[in-house]
Amino acid sequence: MKITAAPPELDRRAFIISVLKGSVAGSLLLIYPMGGGDASDMLETSEMAGLPEEIPGIREQPYDIHAQRFAFIVDITRCIGCGSCCVADKREYNVPDGYYRTWVERYTKDFDDQVWVDCPNGGLDGYQHPRSDIDIQVRDTFFVPKLCNMCRETPCTQVCPVGATFTTPDGFVLMDSDRCVGCGYCIQACPYSSRFLNPVTKTAEKCTWCYHRVRKGLLPACVEVCPTGARKFGSLNDKNSEVYKILKGPGVLTVLKESMGTWPALYYLGARLEVI
Amino acid sequence: MSNLHEGATMLVSNFVLPNDLHVHWSMMIVLYPYITGLVDGAFIIGALYYLFDVKTLKPVARFSLLFALAFLLCATIPLLLHLGRPERNLNMLLTPNPSSAMAGFGYIYAVSMGVLTFIVVFVYRPDMVELKQRSRGVVKLICRLLTFDCDDLSPRAMNLDARIIKILMGIGIPVAAVLHGYVGFIFGGVKANPTWSTPLMPVIFLFSACVSGISAIVLAYIVIRKITGKPIDGPCIVTCIKTLTGFFILAFSFEMLEVFSHSYLRSGYHHMVAGLLNGPLAESFWLWQVKICSGIPLVLLTVMAFIKLRQSWYTLLAAAVSAILLLQVFIMRWNVVIGGQLMSKSSRGYTVFHPEWFDKEGIVTVIVVMLIPFVILFVLGKIFPFWADERKAEC
Repeated sequence: MKITAAPPELDRRAFIISVLKGSVAGSLLLIYPMGGGDASDMLETSEMAGLPEEIPGIREQPYDIHAQRFAFIVDITRCIGCGSCCVADKREYNVPDGYYRTWVERYTKDFDDQVWVDCPNGGLDGYQHPRSDIDIQVRDTFFVPKLCNMCRETPCTQVCPVGATFTTPDGFVLMDSDRCVGCGYCIQACPYSSRFLNPVTKTAEKCTWCYHRVRKGLLPACVEVCPTGARKFGSLNDKNSEVYKILKGPGVLTVLKESMGTWPALYYLGARLEVI
Repeated sequence: MSNLHEGATMLVSNFVLPNDLHVHWSMMIVLYPYITGLVDGAFIIGALYYLFDVKTLKPVARFSLLFALAFLLCATIPLLLHLGRPERNLNMLLTPNPSSAMAGFGYIYAVSMGVLTFIVVFVYRPDMVELKQRSRGVVKLICRLLTFDCDDLSPRAMNLDARIIKILMGIGIPVAAVLHGYVGFIFGGVKANPTWSTPLMPVIFLFSACVSGISAIVLAYIVIRKITGKPIDGPCIVTCIKTLTGFFILAFSFEMLEVFSHSYLRSGYHHMVAGLLNGPLAESFWLWQVKICSGIPLVLLTVMAFIKLRQSWYTLLAAAVSAILLLQVFIMRWNVVIGGQLMSKSSRGYTVFHPEWFDKEGIVTVIVVMLIPFVILFVLGKIFPFWADERKAEC
C-alpha cells in the first residue's frame, strides 16, 4: 500500500516534538537526584571558638575562594619516620586498612650507592627498627612522606569521565564521592599513586590536604601532628608564613616527577636524587 | 657501578607504592577491548562485502553483521561489572566531563549500536517481509516494526535498500574504527603508565581488533557449518584468510614496533618496561603472545599463502590459525591491561595479580560474559537466518 497523505490524527511533527519533550524531561529527572552539593555553608565566615587560628587570614572574614593560594612543603631532612602523620590521617578519614591517603617511605643507601626503599603498612607503625630483610652495609637512611601533589595540570581531573574529581578555585583537587562511578581511571592517571578505590564506598579517594580544616583556619591533620615540622602548610597570601618564606627564599625546592608536566603544589625540601 | 653517576642507576628493589599493590583494572577491562575488537573485526568483513563489493565474502557477510551485533550488545556488560558504582553509569552520558577520554564511550557506543542495528534491519528486510507474511501475532508485530511496515520488495525498493546499506556502512566504518581506536586511546592517554602512553596504542588496538574479529568469523563459520553438516565455501575462507593475514602482519608489526621503540628510545622508564617484559610478563608476552600465538600463525599463514593445499586442509588450517589468533589477541589485551598495571609508579618494583575464580570480575564471570553473546547470537539466528543460501534452500 502506498501512503499518499498522513491521516490528521497522526501528526508526525507533533509526535516528534512530544518524544523530544519527554526525552528532555526524562533526562532532567535523571540529573536532578544526582546532587551537586550545597556549598552555601562554605560562604559563611567560620568562627571556631576555643580553637587556635593556625592559618591566619581565614577566619572571621568572607573566604574569597579565588584569591586564596596555599602550598605544602615537605622537609625531608626533618622527617624522622615516626608515622604520626599517617596515624592522624587514618583517624581523620577512617581510611580502610591497606589503603593510604598519605604514607612515609624509608630510603636506605649502601656504600655502593644502591637505594633500597620500603614502606611497610604505609609507615603507619613508624620506623622503629632497621630493615632486617636486606643484608647491606647501611650508609644512610632517610624518610620521604608522600601525599597528594595537588597538581596544576591535573591528570586525575582530566580523565574523570563524570567530573567527580575537580579543582577548586583555591587550588585543591577534591573528590565528590556522591558522583564518582568508581571506574578507577583517575587511579591509573595519577603519576604519584595518591589515589585508591575505597573498598567500602567503592569510590575513588585521595588526600585533600584536609580542605575542611583549612577552610576553618586549621592546619591539615598530618601537619598538625608532625613533631619535627617536616610537613609545612600555609597560605601564600601571608608573607609571614613559613611556606611563603621557603618558597620565595633562595633554598632549593623540588617537585616529584617534574617530567610528567603536572606542576605540583607539593614541594620537597632536601629531596635527594633518589626520591621519585 | 659507575662512580660518575651516583644515584642515577635505578635499582629495582621491588618497592611497590602502597596504593599500587592493588590491580584496579582487572579481567573485565581485559574483556572490554576484546569484545569491542571482535565487533570491529566482524564489521570489517560485513563492510568488505556490502561496501567494497568483495563478492567472495557473501557467505559470511550476513553472519558477520549478526555476530558484530551480538557482541556489541554485550560490550557494556564488563564495564558495568567493573564499575564500583554501576548504578551511576548514566552519569557518564548525562554529565560527561568533556576533557575525559572515557566520557565519550557512551556516545560512540550508542552511535555504533544504532548504525549496526539499522544495517542489520535493512540487510534482513526481505527475510522479515517474508516472515511477516507467514506469521501472525507478536512475531508479525515484531516483523512489522523491523520492516518499518513496508512490504515493498520491488527491484526499485531493493536498490534503495542497497544504497541505504552502503551509506550506513560508509558511516559504520569510521564509527567502528573510532570505537576501537578510542578504546586504545583510553590506555594510550594515560601518561603515568609508560607502557600505555604511546600514540601507537590506538593503532595496535585497531589492527588487533580486526585480527580477532576476522578470526572469530572464520572459526565460527567453519565450526557452525561443520556442526550443521553444510558445505564450507572455499573462496570465502581464502578471502577471509588473506584479509586476516594483512591485518595480522600490521598488528604484529606495530606490537613489535612499540617494544622496539621503548628499547631504542631508552626513556627514563625504560628499565621498568624492559623489566616488565623480561620479568613478570616474560611468559605471557614473549612465550605466549609472541612465540606461540604469533609465530605459529605467521608460519601457518605463510604456508597457506604460498603452498597449494587441498580445500579440507586449507579449512582445517584456517580454523587452527583463527583459534590461535583469537587467543593471541586476548593475551595481548591481558598483557597491556594487566601487565601495564603490574609496574608500580615507584619505578622500583612490580606488583602481582591473582585472578579470582568467584568474584564480580573473576574467571567464572569472564566465561559467563563471553557466553552471553553466543546465546544472543543463537536467538538472533532464529529470527535472522545466518547464511545467504538458507533462504534459497527453504524456497
